[in-house]
Amino acid sequence: MMHNLSVAGLIKGLKNKDFSSVELTQHYLNRINKSKLNAFISVTEDLALAQANAADLKIAKGDNTLLTGIPYAHKDIFCTKGVKTSAGSKMLDSFISPYDATLSHKFNSENMVMLGKTNMDEFAMGSSNENSYYGPVKNPWNLKKIPGGSSGGSAAAVASRIAPFATGTDTGGSIRQPASLCGITGLKPTYGRISRYGMIAYASSLDQAGPMTQTAEDAAIVLNAMAGFDNKDSTSAPKETPDYTKQLTNSLDGLKIGLPKEFFSSGLDEGTEKVVMNAIKEYELMGAKIQEVSLPNSMHAIPTYYIVAPCECSSNLSRFDGVRYGYRCEDPKDLDDLYLRSRSEGFGKEVKRRIMIGAYALSAGYYDAYYLKAQKVRQLISEDFKKAFQSVDVIMGPVSPTPAFDLGSVKDPVSMYLADIYTLSVNLAGLPGMSIPAGFSKELPVGLQLIGNHWSEELLLNTAHQFQLKTDWHTSSPIEL
Amino acid sequence: MSLDKKQVKEIAYLARLSIEDEELEQSTSELNNILSLMDDLNEIDTGDVEPMAHPLHMSQRLRDDEVTEENLAEEFQAIAPKTGKSHFLVPTVIE
Repeated sequence: MMHNLSVAGLIKGLKNKDFSSVELTQHYLNRINKSKLNAFISVTEDLALAQANAADLKIAKGDNTLLTGIPYAHKDIFCTKGVKTSAGSKMLDSFISPYDATLSHKFNSENMVMLGKTNMDEFAMGSSNENSYYGPVKNPWNLKKIPGGSSGGSAAAVASRIAPFATGTDTGGSIRQPASLCGITGLKPTYGRISRYGMIAYASSLDQAGPMTQTAEDAAIVLNAMAGFDNKDSTSAPKETPDYTKQLTNSLDGLKIGLPKEFFSSGLDEGTEKVVMNAIKEYELMGAKIQEVSLPNSMHAIPTYYIVAPCECSSNLSRFDGVRYGYRCEDPKDLDDLYLRSRSEGFGKEVKRRIMIGAYALSAGYYDAYYLKAQKVRQLISEDFKKAFQSVDVIMGPVSPTPAFDLGSVKDPVSMYLADIYTLSVNLAGLPGMSIPAGFSKELPVGLQLIGNHWSEELLLNTAHQFQLKTDWHTSSPIEL
Repeated sequence: MSLDKKQVKEIAYLARLSIEDEELEQSTSELNNILSLMDDLNEIDTGDVEPMAHPLHMSQRLRDDEVTEENLAEEFQAIAPKTGKSHFLVPTVIE
């Protein structure tokens, strides 16, 4: 069936006229309508069919690009003109964006087809998708389990083949962790690679968008459409973008892979460790050289991240004041009441918690002890990676300490934060990272994490693609939709 | 460092959030649990380490002072909770 095809396969199918974009789009919409996962906040059926029609006309005229007519699911954190953009929050439940994010604009200008907006943890704060105003997403491999977060709707949609690919954002692991837990391929590029314009901000020095796909080859194809300098984003990197599909076929003979000893310590699920070590063996067979590296400060990533990110979020989310857009409380008695009740009623628990941590850590008298200290440790974390990349090309390890856990089973925030241990340091250092399907533990998917030096997306994609040529984990998909 | 309930109320107000009295106990203990994670950082010697302000150590790019955006006042007002002719309406601030 069409839905088992990768994006690369769909491109061929459209080219060979095996199906039209309208047929393809209708097929995915039918699957979405049958889906029980709660992966979407909005399904934009009419818009999708209109876009597919327009794409078919472009294709008939030969006036198309590679991705013209390809359907996708868009994380509901990207502004889409005329379409509700909620960021998973009651605060933006009524927000119809008056403009397009740069990423939305890029996809529109290639005449791609948006199926809808995917569910997510509120303002991308969470690791389980349980913080969404629209209810949790279910893991398609086991409906009692979380899909991971914050891009949980995107991951579940791609895993259950109700969308060929999806967009995600990753501030502390929000692409890689749900990709791992749902058994798909997820790439978080180098900070600054993809424009953040119109991507609702959580922690601006950490947020980065990326593709969530079935395969590394698809991730390369989609990254080509996403990446590039944008004048509208002051943190966008003024740097040439290569064609990410060009290096996929390189041999990995002699590739130096580093395993951080700190990533294989206590707390790592036995089955997960086994999957990761088997994947490493696969790389050895391809001629890669394995060596141990040390990232001593990466173990401080949790306190560092949970200071830096809340500080930035408390500042970013101060824009939600009930005045210009978004939720406003009923009958405010004065301006202070308007701010207080609009924000208290509009934000969910976890968002409020992080805003308060940030407000405290940035407040007079505590700034040096928390924020400044965290920014110094962040430097040390980054230097560890710099040192490691002097002796290795790629760093590998687990993405998440365990496979997907039960919905509702982790109630205290600290336990939830601890599960981010292997992903946070990558964002703090601004590095690119990937998760690729590498096997199963307790009948649930387990991802392998690949971490590269700044701007090494081509090498990461090449390393991931070669693994997928030798294994078929990325082709397994769940029965549920 | 540990927060008491009064401090939690103050921090909430700084961020323009209100906490109901029945939630205060739990919020205080949750915030203190989170802050106890941060104690770990005190053990790291960061004597002469420069704080990391940007993941790529890039400086802020500046642009020429030219008008690049068109006036979309109507579109922006259309999504506001309450508007007057050319402004956003809030409860009276000055009598």
